[in-house]
Amino acid sequence: MKKKSPFIKIISSILLIGIGVFIGKSFFGQKNVETVPIPSTIKYRNIGLTNDTTQVASAEEFTGKIIEVKKGSSIQNAVKEASPGDLIRVYPGTYSENVYIDKDNISLQGVIINGDWPTLDGKKEINDAFLYSGNGILIENFKIINYKGNGIMGQAGNNFIIRNNWIIDTGVYGIFPQYGKNGLVEHNVLSKIADAAIYIGMCDNVDVLHNEVFDNVAGIEIENSRHCLVENNYAHNNTGGLLAFVTPGLPIKTTFDVILRNNFVVNNNHENFGAPGSTVSGIPSGTGILIMAADDVIVENNIITGNNNTGITIVDLATGAPKANDPNSEGNPDRVVILDNIMFDNGNNPTGEIKAIMLTQMDTKGPDIFAYGGGTGSSIRDKNRYRTFGLENYGMAQITDTKDIPTMMTPSPVPPRSVSFEELGELTYYGVCAGCHAFGTRLIGPPTEILQAIHQNNPQGIVDYITAPKNLREDYPEMPPQNYLSEEAKMAVAEYILALKH
Amino acid sequence: MLKNNQRVIQDLVEKGRVILKVIISVAVLGIMAVIFFAGQRPTAYYPVPLLNSSCPPGFKLNENNECIAKNLYSQYATTNKAGVGGLKSALPEIRDGFSPQEIDLGRYLFFDPALSVDQTVSCATCHDPDKGLGDGLATSQGKDGQQLKRAAPSLYNVGYLKKLFWDGRASTLEEQMLEPLFSKDEMGNTPENLIGTINEFENYRKLFAEAYPKRDRDQPIALHEITKAIAAFQSSLVSINSKYDQYAHGYDEALNKNEIEGLNIFRSFVARCAECHTPPLFTNQQFAVIGTPEPDGLPLDPGAEIPFSDESLRGAFKVPSLRNIALTAPYMHSGRFKTLRETVQFYTDGRGHAVPEGENLLIHWHIWEPNLTDYELDRLVDFLKTLTDESFKPKIPEVLPSGLKIST
Repeated sequence: MKKKSPFIKIISSILLIGIGVFIGKSFFGQKNVETVPIPSTIKYRNIGLTNDTTQVASAEEFTGKIIEVKKGSSIQNAVKEASPGDLIRVYPGTYSENVYIDKDNISLQGVIINGDWPTLDGKKEINDAFLYSGNGILIENFKIINYKGNGIMGQAGNNFIIRNNWIIDTGVYGIFPQYGKNGLVEHNVLSKIADAAIYIGMCDNVDVLHNEVFDNVAGIEIENSRHCLVENNYAHNNTGGLLAFVTPGLPIKTTFDVILRNNFVVNNNHENFGAPGSTVSGIPSGTGILIMAADDVIVENNIITGNNNTGITIVDLATGAPKANDPNSEGNPDRVVILDNIMFDNGNNPTGEIKAIMLTQMDTKGPDIFAYGGGTGSSIRDKNRYRTFGLENYGMAQITDTKDIPTMMTPSPVPPRSVSFEELGELTYYGVCAGCHAFGTRLIGPPTEILQAIHQNNPQGIVDYITAPKNLREDYPEMPPQNYLSEEAKMAVAEYILALKH
Repeated sequence: MLKNNQRVIQDLVEKGRVILKVIISVAVLGIMAVIFFAGQRPTAYYPVPLLNSSCPPGFKLNENNECIAKNLYSQYATTNKAGVGGLKSALPEIRDGFSPQEIDLGRYLFFDPALSVDQTVSCATCHDPDKGLGDGLATSQGKDGQQLKRAAPSLYNVGYLKKLFWDGRASTLEEQMLEPLFSKDEMGNTPENLIGTINEFENYRKLFAEAYPKRDRDQPIALHEITKAIAAFQSSLVSINSKYDQYAHGYDEALNKNEIEGLNIFRSFVARCAECHTPPLFTNQQFAVIGTPEPDGLPLDPGAEIPFSDESLRGAFKVPSLRNIALTAPYMHSGRFKTLRETVQFYTDGRGHAVPEGENLLIHWHIWEPNLTDYELDRLVDFLKTLTDESFKPKIPEVLPSGLKIST
């Protein structure tokens, strides 16, 4: 038998390995995904007085690491691992969990492959899909179904982006940023939500763009929020399509400076399935747009058709929510501006009070625009084209359009909540250390001047000690470790203590 | 040689005697001087130490001798004046700027039963530092054990509150304290009697002179000076260094798994606790009608309906802060619930389930039927216990300016 040369042996084994890898990859391997990670923060365009530039004014560099979450593992574990600036990419699969993000600048990005979405399924057992309190949170490309509370809820996070999510039946709200400043909610599709699909609550400077909301009690709700733009949304078959209002009894008392523009508000005739006692449970089915007690709302270029009660309802609190009472909530909708809108086929089947009021006008149909109760300074452009009720006091609109307002978001991100290194030291000293240490007197621990004497010129000594204290003095109780302070705060307070003069 | 030596020794002894004499005389003079000067110092017959010249913890003294609140929440930008939000949100504005002496004088007054008509109860009787600045009772007791109608709220963080009393009928501490001072059922005093009593104590005349150096020493101490000093002390009662706060400031390990689960239930829109008990103070300072039951046999407390003459506020009470809640059982305005577990159970038992027949209360929209499981209720209690922090607990004075015994 002829012996094979070692050269051929090597070549053929390399070939075999290559074939094996190829077969393995094509049968078992992950599909090559061509999705580019996005930065965790918004890019800001110059939106000064002149509108002739789209130059990016400020954009934070995306510097973090990428953490991948595959089917079978946990998104929350990835959040735990993540540091500010990181991107978490979630691959298709079903994830039944409550994800909470109490860190800043975390991006969560679903990766959709061949129509397979990463899906958060609450199975009607879990409360919320995403809860965040951090600033600079981005959540996109997730399918979220069957939660009991919210799809995505934010508490006080600024500079948020929530986009491209597909949310079905997630309980009370679909997307609910609360107490946030500067945010973007766009290209989301939401349905079957028992209160508001998109609820901007006690926020400032939020754009709600290009969303589809249907089969909900309320489509998009701007509540006790200021400076909001609701544009290019498609709201259909909700009980009420678009809402801008004041709910009394909340700590933030006003809604003003809201633009509802270029939206489709069509056939919002779903029966009201809101929870008894909730504000939206009182919305009559067939409400296109509802403005209640909100000021400076502009309604422009919307297509508002087929809403069986009214196209637009404008009421004060005494009419719209007579039960609630809050002396600090001013209840009149003032300075509402209605510009050009396409409206027809509204009011085909009015209900309740509006039906009764229209019957007094010998009319069985609801109007395109219905106004009732207090409020001053409101105006309308070309009133004669609509069927209206209660617009006797509306003057001629002083503006024709709002094209100079491309966005309500702030021109640059809300600054991170931070203080200087020295101030952090001061806040930590008085806010924490002062419970046990003071100048010239013994509280629980040794007086501050003794700490200065021990650690003279050695802040690291203080840092080491407070991280892992060892009891040095018999006549003093052992100090609890202060390891919960950030490394920065520990060093800041160490330097602050050493520099402190009595 | 010997003689010489003896002489030297004698000389030394002689010298020693002289030195000893000098030392003794100096010592005698010194002791006399000490006694003499000690006699000059007020401490000899003045049992109260001078007022503290440094600020209580959590406050920094500025160049105007004012104590300004400084804490880790000061690092967060205030995005709304109400001081509500999430984990890293600023607190509402606090009442600060009092002098350290004023605060310390307020502390003496707060603990002094001389403020009550029969000198038996002090503010601290119902706001005891050892009971979370509450009294541990379902409803408080005034002088002679008189049963009052509502529970004493904890005074922790009261300097941040814009409404006082359960029904919010007072908006400043000075205004608020007039009621317990002069209510027949509580401290039973009258303004004339209180002013008379306080002015009788030389100690208080001196302490007021020290706390308010610009005041005319010949003028009697006035009521508004008393109430302002007490308000200064009350505003210094701060509790914001709990385990929860460590978590909020970014230390993930501060809370264990159960406590974090509890936090997530607390802020979820199913339980909705955080909608009214909003961080960082754990109250949004609004009124809410939640329809809790009264203790057996007692009629419904109409709450804020009375002071505001507003039927829609029937049964409404101010949302209380939950800080140090684990220290202040029993719970609700009339202490109906003995434990936190019973209290959280109330919220899942159905909207309006405890409203008496014939009452038509406008129950708050966040009271609904969240159907929380026993497991979730237990986790909520776990979380509520992380809101405890007594690191800035006030010191009870050892001696009172009135010479009376401390009563708490």
